[in-house]
Amino acid sequence: MTSHGNVAISCVGLRKQFVLRHTRSLKEALVWLVKGRKGDLSKKFLALKDVSLEVKQGETVALMGLNGSGKSTLLKLISGVLQPDGGTVRTRGRVAGLIEVGAGFHHDLSGRDNVYLNGAILGMTEKQIDNMFDSIVEFSEIGEFIDTEVKFYSSGMYLRLAFSIAVHTDPEVFLIDEILAVGDEPFQRKCIAKIKELADLGKTLFVVSHDLDLVATVCERGVLLEHGQVIMDGDVHDVVSELRRRSLTET
Amino acid sequence: MAGQSDQLVKPGSGRGLLDVYGDRFLLKLLVRKEIKVRYRGSVLGLLWSYVKPLVQFLIYFVALGIFLNLQRGTPNYAIYLFAGIVLVNFFTESLSNATRSIVDNRDLIRKIYLPRELFPVSTVWVSAAHFLPQLLVLIGACLVVGWTPSILQLAAVVLIFGMVAVLATGLGLMFGAVNVYFRDSENIVDMIVMVVTWASPVLYVWSMVERVMGPWFWVYQLNPMTVAVEVFHWAFWEPTLKADQLVADTMPPDLLTVWLPVAMLVTLAVLFLGQLTFRRLAIHFAQEL
Ligand SMILES: Nc1ncnc2c1ncn2[C@@H]1O[C@H](COP(=O)(O)OP(=O)(O)OP(=O)(O)O)[C@@H](O)[C@H]1O
Ligand SMILES: [Mg+2]
Repeated sequence: MTSHGNVAISCVGLRKQFVLRHTRSLKEALVWLVKGRKGDLSKKFLALKDVSLEVKQGETVALMGLNGSGKSTLLKLISGVLQPDGGTVRTRGRVAGLIEVGAGFHHDLSGRDNVYLNGAILGMTEKQIDNMFDSIVEFSEIGEFIDTEVKFYSSGMYLRLAFSIAVHTDPEVFLIDEILAVGDEPFQRKCIAKIKELADLGKTLFVVSHDLDLVATVCERGVLLEHGQVIMDGDVHDVVSELRRRSLTET
Repeated sequence: MAGQSDQLVKPGSGRGLLDVYGDRFLLKLLVRKEIKVRYRGSVLGLLWSYVKPLVQFLIYFVALGIFLNLQRGTPNYAIYLFAGIVLVNFFTESLSNATRSIVDNRDLIRKIYLPRELFPVSTVWVSAAHFLPQLLVLIGACLVVGWTPSILQLAAVVLIFGMVAVLATGLGLMFGAVNVYFRDSENIVDMIVMVVTWASPVLYVWSMVERVMGPWFWVYQLNPMTVAVEVFHWAFWEPTLKADQLVADTMPPDLLTVWLPVAMLVTLAVLFLGQLTFRRLAIHFAQEL
């Protein structure tokens, strides 16, 4: 294992606010301006309040919490898709976010075209993709379908290809949001094995999942989010049992 | 990969258009994707980019050239017309697609961080892929009627192509970014597109405008597209004229010495403003889309 020395992800006092009930027309906005900005055009909602978190290189962290607790929001802040309204987030090394599998896929392109497009979107160079191509296809077990348009893929095949591309991008920090849930049993096992392999290689993993058993086998550390705040941070098994306890008392 | 990886950096803070230059491979793939997807399932494919301007040209030529008899006062009116149409089409197609590009790619922008400038820039390249074959048609037509351009005129073509691309990029960045917040932006651009063909001397000649505007003619010349079209005429149409067809007002005065530099300055200002607006608004693209 690598040294748990350098910080890979550092979040300090992160705050993220969303604006709800948004007006989409210039007219409404103008009327509002003319009327002297009376009333509020929108409602504000704090999705993350004061989240501080430090992840060392090589750590495997599971981010847990109920629906709407802000997990995906935090991941998007770390990957740079969203910008915080307060606090700072900093990362070291290349970060690849599997915020959603196949986000960069285009339905009307063949699997092959999509491998290149998605690989480039995830930050690979042309040469890297050329070198990895066969390995990507092999891992995905897509076989001859690689030249078929992806809209004709089954959702499992779609996932396989997308996941395969993502694990081949070779980032230092891996963000994974809810993607292990799809795919059949053998492929899921293969994915988990691959993720564990990445962890053993000293990659930093930051995993969001509702599958608590799975998360407990893959990750060492657990972080529990509730209403946009970190309420627990420690050994993954402790956090899992705490989340289970809380879920039970709620129902 | 190692060099940059040893410091902590803020994710999602790019350098705008400079990042697009660094990401040329992705840009290439996006352009190729766009072209592939645009013509999927169509028999004629890229040929459509010839058919459309040709039909447009025929309509204008018949209505204006023949019915309104503009071709009598303007020798080689067909060349004159086509040179303008091709250039203006490049501009309008770039601008309207760039304006929609951010909203159209919302699935990607919401989930993965990339330099968002890639999308408007790639649409301009797609339009360029449509423009270049049309340019070849224009050159072919010019050669048929005896086109003998100077080196300077050829250089001007390349310069104008670049200038119009930059102008469309600048405006596309601006309107594309605003479009995320107010979809009215698309309609404003539709209007600009409609006006542009008529606000530049594409269908008529510049001296008709000067006759009407008199001392205010400089206002008309401030529009960089007007200058671009005029320079295109100078490069493609003027060299096809015979000596006795050249008159004092074939080309507007001070076109190359004053108005071309002015147009380039305006274009650069637009690009700067567009990039500035885009960067300010891009921070919240992912959550607003
Ligand atoms: N773009 C947005 N605009 C407005 N509100 C948003 C936006 N994105 C997220 N939210 C709100 O932020 C809160 C947190 O959302 P988030 O997606 O981070 O939850 P989550 O923890 O990932 O939940 P889940 O377990 O369901 O995936 C939710 O209440 C959601 O409605
Ligand atoms: Mg989520």
